Amino acid sequence: MAKIVAGVGTSHVPAIGAASDHAKDRNEYFKPLFDGYDPAREWISKVNPDVVILVYNDHACAFSVEVVNTFVLGVAEKYEPADEGYGPRPVPHIEGHADFASHINECLIFDEFDIAIANEMAVDHGGTVPLTVMYDRPESWPCKVIPLCVNVIKYPQPTGLRCYKLGKALRKAVESYPEDLRVAVFGTGGMSHQLQGERAGFVNQEFDLMFLDNLQDNPEALTKIDHNEYLRDAGSEGIELIMWLIMRGAMENPKEVYRHYHVPVSNTAGGLICFEDEAA
Amino acid sequence: MALNTDYEDIPGTYIFNGRRCREGYQLNQFCKSLDREENREAFREDGATYLDRFRLTPEQRRAVETRDWLGMLHLGGNIYYTFKLAIFDGLSMQQVGGMMSQMTVDDFKQMMMEGGRSPSGNVSKKENINDG
Repeated sequence: MAKIVAGVGTSHVPAIGAASDHAKDRNEYFKPLFDGYDPAREWISKVNPDVVILVYNDHACAFSVEVVNTFVLGVAEKYEPADEGYGPRPVPHIEGHADFASHINECLIFDEFDIAIANEMAVDHGGTVPLTVMYDRPESWPCKVIPLCVNVIKYPQPTGLRCYKLGKALRKAVESYPEDLRVAVFGTGGMSHQLQGERAGFVNQEFDLMFLDNLQDNPEALTKIDHNEYLRDAGSEGIELIMWLIMRGAMENPKEVYRHYHVPVSNTAGGLICFEDEAA
Repeated sequence: MALNTDYEDIPGTYIFNGRRCREGYQLNQFCKSLDREENREAFREDGATYLDRFRLTPEQRRAVETRDWLGMLHLGGNIYYTFKLAIFDGLSMQQVGGMMSQMTVDDFKQMMMEGGRSPSGNVSKKENINDG
C-alpha cells in the first residue's frame, strides 16, 4: 500500500530557481538561503520518496482568468516546465504517476472534494522551484510528481480549513492505493510577502514564525486564520501559506526534523520546514 | 451570507476579487498572452496593432502604454499578469515593487535586506488615520 512518510513546507520564489539555473546559488546574496537547504537535501535523499504530491499554485501560466478552478490535480504522465516569459527553466521535465493520480482524483470526489483534473499542464516556478529547493540540479528528478494546483490568486482563495480537510482526504486516498509507494507531500508558497501595490515588499516575520511554530502541534489554530488576516498580516501573496495546510492535513503524526527561515528572497520571506510522519 | 470586505482597509493593496477580475479581464489576458514567444515578437514589432487584439478600456490602454504599474492594478490588473509585461520589458519584481511604492530600486532592495516593509503602520488605513 502507498503511505505518506514525509511532509515539506517551502517557499517557491522564482528567484530561487533563477539563482540555481544561473549557478548564483552560493553568491553573497543567495548563500545564506541555499546553505540552509543543504541539510534538507541530505534528509530528503535518505527519505527518498517514490512520489511527491506537490501542492502549489500556477501563476497565470498553465491557467488564466479565462477559467478559475479552486483545486486542479494533474493526472498526466509528464509535465514540461512552463515558459513564464523568459523561456522555460532549464530543468528536467516532471514524470507524473497517472494511475495513482487518477486514483486520488476518484477517491477525493467520492470523499466530497470535487477536484478538477488536468491531462495536460505546463508547470511553472510554483512547482519546479520546490523540486530545486529539495533536489538541487539533478539530470532528472529522483521521484515521480503529482501536481495539485490551488487557486491563491483570485479572491476568495479556499479557506485554510478547507485546505486542511483536503489534506486529510488526500491521506485517505493515498492509503487506499495498492502499490507500495513512499509518498511525500510538499505544501509550497509563502512565507509572508506582498508583490503588489504601494505595500510591495511587506514581510511579517512574527506571523511567519507563529505559523512555523504551530504547524506541527497546533494546526487547528492555523485553520482559524481567515482571509482578511492572511491578506493583512502575511501580505496579499502570503495567503499562499494555505497550501502548507494541505500538506499538514495529510500528516498523521508529524515530527519536525528541520526548519530554515531567511529574509529576503527577492521580495519574500523564505521558509522551509521538514516533517517525518511517525505514523508511517 | 454577508461577504466580509475588511481587506479593503489594508493600505496599498488591491485584492483581486470578482469586481477587479471582471474589470481587468482583457488587460490581464493581454499580459498573459506575452508568455508565448510569437506574441512577444508581435508585440515588440508593432505594439499598437497587437494591443488592438484586446478590448482594453482607454484608461487600461494608456496604463499599458505608459507602463503605469500601479495604475494597472487600479484598473483590474493582477500583479502575476502585469508582471508578464514587466518581464517583457526586462524588469525585475524589485524594480516594479519600487515603482509601485515610489521608491528607487536601490532603496527598495535595501528595505528588503533590512527585513522588508514592516507591518508597523502598514496593516490598516483606519488605524493610520486614527493614529495620524
